[in-house]
Amino acid sequence: MTHIKVNVDGTPYEDEVEPRLLLAHYLRDRLGLTGTPIGCDTSNCGACTVELDGTTVKSCSVLAVQADGSTVTTVQGLAKDGEWTALQHAFHERHGLQCGYCTPGMIMAARDLLRENPHPTSDEVREALEGNLCRCTGYQNIVRAVLAAAGQQDGPGRQDASGRQVGEEVTA
Amino acid sequence: MIPPAFEYARPASVDEAVRALADAGEEAKVLAGGQSLLPLLRLRLAFPELVVDVGRIPELRGVREDGEALAIGALTTHHDVIHDPLVRRYAGLLAGATATVADPAVRHRGTLGGSLAHADPAGDLPAVALALDAELVAVGPAGRRTIPAREFFLDYLQSALSPDELLVEVRIPKTEGWGFHYEKFQRVAQAWAIVGVAALVRRADGHIAEARIGLTNMGSTPVRATAAERALAGADGPEAVARAAEAAAEGTRPSQDLSASPEYREHLARVLTRRAVLTAGGMG
Ligand SMILES: Cc1cc2nc3c(=O)[nH]c(=O)nc-3n(C[C@H](O)[C@H](O)[C@H](O)COP(=O)(O)OP(=O)(O)OC[C@H]3O[C@@H](n4cnc5c(N)ncnc54)[C@H](O)[C@@H]3O)c2cc1C
Ligand code: FES
Ligand code: FES
Repeated sequence: MTHIKVNVDGTPYEDEVEPRLLLAHYLRDRLGLTGTPIGCDTSNCGACTVELDGTTVKSCSVLAVQADGSTVTTVQGLAKDGEWTALQHAFHERHGLQCGYCTPGMIMAARDLLRENPHPTSDEVREALEGNLCRCTGYQNIVRAVLAAAGQQDGPGRQDASGRQVGEEVTA
Repeated sequence: MIPPAFEYARPASVDEAVRALADAGEEAKVLAGGQSLLPLLRLRLAFPELVVDVGRIPELRGVREDGEALAIGALTTHHDVIHDPLVRRYAGLLAGATATVADPAVRHRGTLGGSLAHADPAGDLPAVALALDAELVAVGPAGRRTIPAREFFLDYLQSALSPDELLVEVRIPKTEGWGFHYEKFQRVAQAWAIVGVAALVRRADGHIAEARIGLTNMGSTPVRATAAERALAGADGPEAVARAAEAAAEGTRPSQDLSASPEYREHLARVLTRRAVLTAGGMG
């Protein structure tokens, strides 16, 4: 057993953990923070994405002992006093989710992008989300939600003659 | 899945790390960014008794100029390599190729040293290190030694490091003024390369004076396309480059897997070498 101290979503924790315990399991099973889901066993899907000392990591690919002394932010720590962030609102308003399984990871990855690049193009949004898989939406509304949160419109060429929004693949 | 149980050590210095590795013998594994090792542990493809986490040794991180070379700490993350001004200026090929590795979250954790020590021929950075004529500096119980990239990759997932050695630094001769490009062919975004080509081109008087080509996933180790390199010397335009690129797969032994047959990989090596050299040479 190894002793760790971690601050998660503003709350300090101290625990004895087995070295093999994954951060994702620590968050979910020990701290009860089930807002961070696990979607795969291959580090591919990004559903488990959280921030570790301010940058995104896949929490299934970090040991809890590696987070010793660090600050972790999960999707559950974003809202302040029950007030959602702009990104959370945008995912809601732009219908950026269906089943919602990928959403915590999408939101964390999008936060990371907007920190480094506050005004991304839609291609930059797609590249930033390349490590996050969504089985439901086809990604269009996720990209729209991120652009909306960044205060951007969907960009030129994405509306048909009547002003209706259409997918890029359709117009391309 | 849950990894098998192991003991955990987090040394604060290189000396301490090497001692821990030497004491544990064959049963220890170094943990750097964990982006290859943790998936292996989760799939129960590795069973170390001791994991030595070198992630908190500050001297292993960062980039500095050292005469005609850059010295990059083995624990420098992919993210930091991509954004480092020295790397961008003197080793643009490495910055460009690293940006194609995995995805942003993996690049925040994964390290240059870990990518090379892992010696996966499908990894992008081994072929890049080979094309850059990099040198790898290792520290073990017997002291420090420098291994040229050409002698570092021995076989599939097997490097020249012994189990009690730690890779501490990657030295890259400056290639300021050379054109460069990494051409990666992948099935979907964030996927590993089916084949990748790292090209460095030095031009003089309107022709290619010298070219260096590293191939990703064209055998059990990364390889240099030496026949194509020879044929490229003197090439003065797109047709000459295309002819020289026909030699790109000579001497390679690519594998068969779900994504590609050996013949298809050889075809890709030729096509991607042409594209990479044309882009690197500003001839595309
Ligand atoms: C979803 C996903 C996609 C990926 N896609 C790509 C890709 O497209 N291209 C690509 O090149 N890579 C890819 N990777 C791998 C990624 O680049 C890893 O970061 C890298 O291969 C290993 O670096 P690490 O620091 O995480 O090493 P670790 O996982 O910590 O270690 C890997 C191996 O190297 C050894 N090791 C590490 N550091 C040292 C050292 N300093 N001295 C001695 N031994 C050491 C370890 O013992 C272990 O055997 C991907 C990974 C994931 C999870
Ligand atoms: S659960 Fe972590 S990447 Fe899929
Ligand atoms: S909304 Fe279902 S996986 Fe993305």
